[in-house]
Amino acid sequence: MKYLSEFRDPSLAKALLAEIHTTVTRPWTLMEVCGGQTHAIVRSGIDQLLPSSLHLVHGPGCPVCVTPISFIDKAINLAARPEIILTTFGDMMRVPGSIGNLLEAKSRGNDVRMVYSVLEAISLAQENPHSQIVFFGVGFETTAPGNAMAILQAQRLGLDNFSILACHVLVPPALRALLDNKENKVDGYLAAGNVCTIMGLEEYQEIVDDYKVPIVATGLEPVDILAGILDAVRQLEKGEYRLENEYKRSVTPTGNLHARKIIDQIFRRCDRNWRGIGVLSQSGLAIRDQFAAFDAEHKFQPQAAEETDNGCMAGQVLQGLLKPPSCPFFGNRCKPEHPLGATMVSGEGACAAYYKYHRLTT
Amino acid sequence: MCLAVPGKLIEIFEEASLKMGRLDYGGTINKACLEYVPEAKVGQYALVHAGFAISVLDEEEAQKSLAAWQELREKMGAL
Ligand code: SF4
Repeated sequence: MKYLSEFRDPSLAKALLAEIHTTVTRPWTLMEVCGGQTHAIVRSGIDQLLPSSLHLVHGPGCPVCVTPISFIDKAINLAARPEIILTTFGDMMRVPGSIGNLLEAKSRGNDVRMVYSVLEAISLAQENPHSQIVFFGVGFETTAPGNAMAILQAQRLGLDNFSILACHVLVPPALRALLDNKENKVDGYLAAGNVCTIMGLEEYQEIVDDYKVPIVATGLEPVDILAGILDAVRQLEKGEYRLENEYKRSVTPTGNLHARKIIDQIFRRCDRNWRGIGVLSQSGLAIRDQFAAFDAEHKFQPQAAEETDNGCMAGQVLQGLLKPPSCPFFGNRCKPEHPLGATMVSGEGACAAYYKYHRLTT
Repeated sequence: MCLAVPGKLIEIFEEASLKMGRLDYGGTINKACLEYVPEAKVGQYALVHAGFAISVLDEEEAQKSLAAWQELREKMGAL
């Protein structure tokens, strides 16, 4: 068992696709919540192999895409301070704020460094006692445990030169907001398997009960995604709605309790502005007051410029209301080399997926 | 960013009081923090996200899923 090739086996994918074709008798719309799933779907062409009456729309599960412009501005503001080394994941470098991006800040001579793990930023703090190391950490429930552990570790090591500019978002409140939107036409959801790996399934069961929609926790390989789709359409065709888990090799009902405990220790729930979507109640995680010494917002009070509207329609894309090629700027004014929105440069952004895999029409 | 990749745990060690591991991702070796999967054993596969292992993959469940889909394939083949 390698846990990769088996879940990409074309013969299994074909069998699942055939079963989906046999099962579907009516039009249905499914949303894959996770941007990693979106990329897998577009890359493998799953969306084009499904029955024509089965539509996939793409969800908000791209953390880079939903990080508000103000946070990008704050990161750029921090990077400009001579005492600060700003560290972040590679995905964040080209995300446009209101005044350029971090890559431009780096080329201006600001000390901006890409890291693979937040623990590298901790090492940098140990090696550079006279610099302030700020980690710009965004992400869903999957990334929060790493950042929480880094704060605990900084505390243990007595580091007074490490802090996090944290912008964490949570999937279930966003799902509820989508379901409350009257324009929403989605019949069933594929939940992000790696988020469920951390958080478990309890909150999704509550959503299934409250909104009577099928939700299937699904992995990110093509066979996983097809199995999730099949599970959802089987339920829809029978008029049923349940929470199902098609990613049992990683997701347990309670999730990763070690990770959940430390997330709770370091973070509290807060309202959060989602780029292009707006403020969603209790949809984010903020660093608790007792760890304020490790909170870059508290420590450095970075400024953000007033947000302006450049016409980017990513908010609609992220809510499954618009496919990227329907945005008038897609592929012309907005390209990965000169993006108008984060959705065009994130490795999980739907616009980036459509552009990369030449899906130039819907 | 939620892309997590499975790697085979080949070594467990401690670094700055954190439980760490070295994992083999089809030939590429990288280290990851194992604090969230304290039960992980050498030889098992873990899902790693941004330098942190977030789950130990359950072989029995993986086999069960695969068996169900293989059954479907056989049924389809018989059509
Ligand atoms: S194509 Fe560009 S401008 Fe249009 S929604 Fe996507 S990121 Fe925004």
